[in-house]
Amino acid sequence: MFETGSDIVKTSTGRVLRSEEMIINMGPQHPSTHGVLRLELVVDGEIVVDVIPQLGYLHRCFEKHSEAMNNYQQVIPYCDRLDYLASMNMDWAYALTAEKLLYLQVPERVEYIRVIMAELQRIASHLVALGTYGLDIGAFTPFLYMFRDRELILDLFEMTCGARLLYNYIWVGGVSHDLPPTFIEKTREFCKYCKPQITEYNNLLTYNEIFIKRTANVGVLPVDVAVSYACSGPMLRGSGVDFDLRRDDPYGIYNRFQWDVCVGKGEVGTVGDCWDRYIVRMREMEQSVRIIEQALEQIPDGDVMSAIPKRIRPNAGDCYVRTESPRGEIGFYLVSDGSGTPYRVKARSPAFVNLSVCPEICRGYMIADVVAILGSIDIVLGEVDR
Amino acid sequence: MTPQEIIEKLKSKFVETITDTKVEGVVDPFVKVKPESMKEVALFLRDDADLQFDFLMCLSGVDLGKGNLGVVYNLYSMNKKHKITIKVEVSRDKAEIPSVESVWRTANWHEREAYDLVGITFTGHPDLRRILLPTDWEGHPLRKDYKVPEFYQGMKVPY
Repeated sequence: MFETGSDIVKTSTGRVLRSEEMIINMGPQHPSTHGVLRLELVVDGEIVVDVIPQLGYLHRCFEKHSEAMNNYQQVIPYCDRLDYLASMNMDWAYALTAEKLLYLQVPERVEYIRVIMAELQRIASHLVALGTYGLDIGAFTPFLYMFRDRELILDLFEMTCGARLLYNYIWVGGVSHDLPPTFIEKTREFCKYCKPQITEYNNLLTYNEIFIKRTANVGVLPVDVAVSYACSGPMLRGSGVDFDLRRDDPYGIYNRFQWDVCVGKGEVGTVGDCWDRYIVRMREMEQSVRIIEQALEQIPDGDVMSAIPKRIRPNAGDCYVRTESPRGEIGFYLVSDGSGTPYRVKARSPAFVNLSVCPEICRGYMIADVVAILGSIDIVLGEVDR
Repeated sequence: MTPQEIIEKLKSKFVETITDTKVEGVVDPFVKVKPESMKEVALFLRDDADLQFDFLMCLSGVDLGKGNLGVVYNLYSMNKKHKITIKVEVSRDKAEIPSVESVWRTANWHEREAYDLVGITFTGHPDLRRILLPTDWEGHPLRKDYKVPEFYQGMKVPY
């Protein structure tokens, strides 16, 4: 907490304020922080001099809890709750890490199911990100349209595993249920429905003049800063870096599909501004639809439970596996001591790392721009605080 | 470069610093480095023309047991597309490792987290405060001998 009560005012990092500066707290209960995040803004009038993010309001001891589980599978419900808008991707990342420690190969059908689920989840997550981003900027209608369409994806998930948000679906070695009989047909219908909807969102929001004025040339993130801060996902691609883990560090069966990596090009402003990060997400949804359509064509029959181990006891060792979640690189660092309990589970969450660059790209902008920048980072506090 | 070549290159440059390496029989090949020279190794890894490790994927603090703590650096090169893992081991009594915040900026929050949860001090870190737990919390929860305190600020902790 910052010190008050004397003439000298200090920020929580110990910097003494100049007389024209002051501290404003944004959050922890503020709609634009997308959860319980507190930003300590040091402002000079309306200009932001520094931003000090204060985390931990949603810390649920994920890593400590994981070490107390007596089975590797029991960690998966906790992984669901890391990034609660993209639970499938979190489960998959954890399952992949454990499978790598076990040198376990999963059946073909499971690989396809996982890709379909992860890409559906990516669309659902981006819809929330873009809808709430519009909301931050002051556009209410796109939010309703996007949530309406996200419901259709949640219906597909509910049909498959009974849950709409926290699925516990992707397990180490397989998935918990096979696809229901009508799933493939219904997903095809959704893909057909989704494509014109994306055009509609573009007409509603993307090329809206007020929206462009609020986001273009704001929060510009240069490439060298992005790489030094290890930004990933749409943050990195928004800065014009052609890098996607699905293509450049392939996992699963992504190398079997035809799709493109979308990067920011500075179409309405500078490369790496908020609009670029926004448009990368918008275009990624189209690519996800492409991947899903191909996967639905190719999916083979088979048993989805056959490779799930009864007792998981990896040899002593460690590994780090990373995958592409909607927010970027989700990696799990897993240490095994040869017993059935994970010795150490560290989640390298993309939002945590992406948020650390926030002070760097907020300096010099207006307070209202901080809202636009924070929305474009697309944080989920569940995985920032873990 | 293959992990073997990376390790050979590091070994030729840092003869006495490297205490252990392993490529076969592990999922991620690693190099174990003496804690006091971590920063020089980090700078070399980033700036060498053949290595170019510019992307610190992950930094994790681990309680290794037997009175030792460890830090694991997972590195990646965006240009060369290769990976390596660096490990550092320190004793619990003197858990100090030079900060690599000035080499990879992302290490700032990762190191704060390792300090917060495992209790490793990173010397030269510009802002080493707790990050996830309250500033007045006592102890480092991810140490294996951690006992949950009974009360925090008069509130009962175990529920």
